[in-house]
Amino acid sequence: MSKLGTITRRTFLFGSIAIAGGVGFGYYKYKQPHENPLELDLADGDTALTPYVLINQDGISIIAPRAEMGQGVHTTLAALVAEELDLSLEQVKVIHGPPSAAYFNAAVLEEGIPFASIDTSALANTVRNFIHVPAKLAGLQITGGSSSIADAYEKMRVAGAAVRNVMIKTAAARLDVSATKLTTENGFVIATDGQSLSYLELAAAAATVEPDSELALKPNPQWKVLGKSQNRIDIPAKSTGTAEFGIDIDLPNMVYASIRVNPRLGGAMNSFNAEKAKAMQGVKKIVEIDNGVAVIASNTWYAFKAVNAIEFDWAQANYPADTAAHFKAVEDSFTSDNQDSQFRDDGDVDAALEIADEIVSAEYRVPYLPHAPLEPMNATAWFRDGKLDVWAGTQIPTQALKEAAAITDLDESNIKIHTTLMGGSFGRRLEMDFIIQTIKVAIEMPGAPVKLTWTREEDMTHDNYRPCGIARFKAVVGENGPSAIDLELAGGPVNASQMGRIGVPAVGPDISIIQGAWEQPYGVENFRVTGYRVKNDFPISSWRSVGSSQNGFFHESMIDEIAHAKRLDPLQMRINLMTHHPSRKVLEAVADMSDWGSELPQGHGRGIAYCLSFGVPSAEVIEVAIIDGKVKILKAFAAVDVGTALDPRNIEAQVLGGVNFGLAAAISGDINIKNGEVQETNFHQYRSMRFYQAPAVEVRILENGDKVRGIGEPGTPPAAPALANAIFAATGKRIRELPLSKHIGFV
Amino acid sequence: MKINVNGQVREVAVAPDMPLLWVLRDELKVKGPKFGCGIAQCRACTVHLNGQPIPSCSLPVSAVGDAEITTIEGLGTPQQMSLVQQAWVDHQVAQCGYCQSGQIMTATALLTKNSNPSDDEIDTAMSANLCRCGTYPRIRAAIKTAAQNIRKENELKTEPIAAPEKIELALERDAS
Ligand code: FES
Ligand code: FES
Repeated sequence: MSKLGTITRRTFLFGSIAIAGGVGFGYYKYKQPHENPLELDLADGDTALTPYVLINQDGISIIAPRAEMGQGVHTTLAALVAEELDLSLEQVKVIHGPPSAAYFNAAVLEEGIPFASIDTSALANTVRNFIHVPAKLAGLQITGGSSSIADAYEKMRVAGAAVRNVMIKTAAARLDVSATKLTTENGFVIATDGQSLSYLELAAAAATVEPDSELALKPNPQWKVLGKSQNRIDIPAKSTGTAEFGIDIDLPNMVYASIRVNPRLGGAMNSFNAEKAKAMQGVKKIVEIDNGVAVIASNTWYAFKAVNAIEFDWAQANYPADTAAHFKAVEDSFTSDNQDSQFRDDGDVDAALEIADEIVSAEYRVPYLPHAPLEPMNATAWFRDGKLDVWAGTQIPTQALKEAAAITDLDESNIKIHTTLMGGSFGRRLEMDFIIQTIKVAIEMPGAPVKLTWTREEDMTHDNYRPCGIARFKAVVGENGPSAIDLELAGGPVNASQMGRIGVPAVGPDISIIQGAWEQPYGVENFRVTGYRVKNDFPISSWRSVGSSQNGFFHESMIDEIAHAKRLDPLQMRINLMTHHPSRKVLEAVADMSDWGSELPQGHGRGIAYCLSFGVPSAEVIEVAIIDGKVKILKAFAAVDVGTALDPRNIEAQVLGGVNFGLAAAISGDINIKNGEVQETNFHQYRSMRFYQAPAVEVRILENGDKVRGIGEPGTPPAAPALANAIFAATGKRIRELPLSKHIGFV
Repeated sequence: MKINVNGQVREVAVAPDMPLLWVLRDELKVKGPKFGCGIAQCRACTVHLNGQPIPSCSLPVSAVGDAEITTIEGLGTPQQMSLVQQAWVDHQVAQCGYCQSGQIMTATALLTKNSNPSDDEIDTAMSANLCRCGTYPRIRAAIKTAAQNIRKENELKTEPIAAPEKIELALERDAS
């Protein structure tokens, strides 16, 4: 059996290798490595070299164990491994792979600590390394917080280097030459005399060889794949209708389900009447599941129709019944007993306010927002013969595995989670709700694969939303800028709400309430940022850029008001206040790109905003024209600093997508509640940005930052304030509430 | 009842009010058209009905009759893409990609009628198709590239007195 021959060591990768001259690698060594999940499921002739490389007769597969939801992460992760193997992306297959603790994400928790992402002090780094320990022990395989690239940057290159190293050693033995005389190219180990051996033929023997205990990674100037724009591996399929999303899973004898759950979120179901639904065409079974009812039918449409025909009596929800009451709860949270954090308190703000002749102050508001990815929530589960298979677009496959085991009582070894491509997410697929429902429905149909699809109405009204919030500020402004700022932020605790749903207790302050405000590297003598926690049971969650999604708007609108209070140039004032070099550079870049300060036609205006989020400083300028009293967005400019740009064209795509995502919400994004139910049910009520509204976005990528950063989210936070500031510049009207369309029209 | 999908006549036995989208996806396993809203608000489900782009989620299958339905699968394959699909790849348009079948179907219908659309004409044609990932600027660029290539191809087809190597190219393409 070849299996025996290949499963020789479980300590292959992380246990024994350090990078020569590398930094921060020590933490991989503090405990035994996780077991290599690929070794649990090898077919004859397969060789799993590290958890990231699988070789068989069909070729070389790279495991990219993060959710591909549009950010291009599979391509960039594969490039990390391919680079060290001297392969191009055309020469490998890229797969998501199984859920495994081996694929834990160490970087994702870094955003949760009370140190700014750019704080490189010894204390901040110690705390950062310390939280890698629980991250590893929890073995949470999670995609989020723009952390995938930062997390993988070293470990996936090491994986590639380790494989290359054992290939060379094996070839050296076979050819009887010194390893130093061998090079690698195009999937071959090549000797100086021209003899060559392919990775494929070396793989089985290479798996029994220990890699060197120190490996050198390729220096950046030698990169052939990294740092260059790659053709994304998923784009040909996505351009021909052949990419398989979760909703496209098709299995023999599959049945189709849909579900309706109490729209008063978390509320119980008192009763239901499905008499009419039972008799409808195609209906196979009706089952009660978690505060709702699912219909199983012979196609999705019949299931939708039957669900709509069920009458329900819903219990009340445990949160305020309407939008006004939710905002009242936020207003009431600005008290000392609701204070959640005060991580920034520079100088003496109270004293500065006390003696000031004049105080600039304002209040800002943002609404609840849905994620609304274009592919509605869905999953497929097949429960038979003591086994369970689940296909789902999930950002936490290890959690899906845990939930599946808990529901079915099966051993995890009898459960397979297949992570599919995702038609968007923006944070929505961190949730387990649709996966849990699907497994429960599948248990009611043993033997038959069940695909459960939510209607758009179910999706829009059963999200976990970006919290609504209010900001209040007071500032003292001198001739050169602010001398004191007191910023108070009240909102729901996203991390506590979200982690609570997957059973991870969140203790201490919730960074989401103040993220995107407290750590902004503006030097102001007296500067205080206080977070207040709004407590209620309305489910809230991470929405592309999390706390920075609202705090970016609050903070940067505030900075703009401060500048205009003394007729200071808002961009130059930001540059003057900036204490962080890469941030100053993105501001200068965006000034240059937008020709900031140059004359504009009558009725036009430019707005600037900046935000440091997930370690990435982003500065954006938006130019608008006012046409018949309505706003037309003409152009957007964005400069970002990712430290090291691994794939420039994809980074550009993420920034322009992030800008448009932020603008879409700023213009019209609004979720309202009445009788405990979300009122916006579909895209005719929840309006998203349309083609004609989207500006051209010019992106510039800088590399002054200290380390490689992820870019899925940082393009979003400055978009809303840059637009609001542009509207102010063009009209003199300061809009302090989102969505902006409540106060001004758009064309 | 019988419907004509991508040049094939297919037999389906379903409720007459069942939307074409679900007949395609669940009954005929044609998965390119996507479900996004079900109420003609996102156009992820766009297919051509006799060349016209329509939201298949909102067309009862009984209304199709003997009209020709073309889905994205009928335009090209990863090995042999249409000019519009190729432009989508060249501009690396897709992010999550879920809206892109619909975007490509709408763009193809536009370019079939008008191979030199202005920005305003592109706006008008494309604004029913939602993209939550915000790929709109790259869609615009891809449409312009595709338009250019379509014009080039049309010239080759209609002007046989062009330079010899161009004729050869055109012949090659005709044969394939
Ligand atoms: S699914 Fe047909 S328009 Fe949205
Ligand atoms: S690419 Fe994701 S919705 Fe358009």
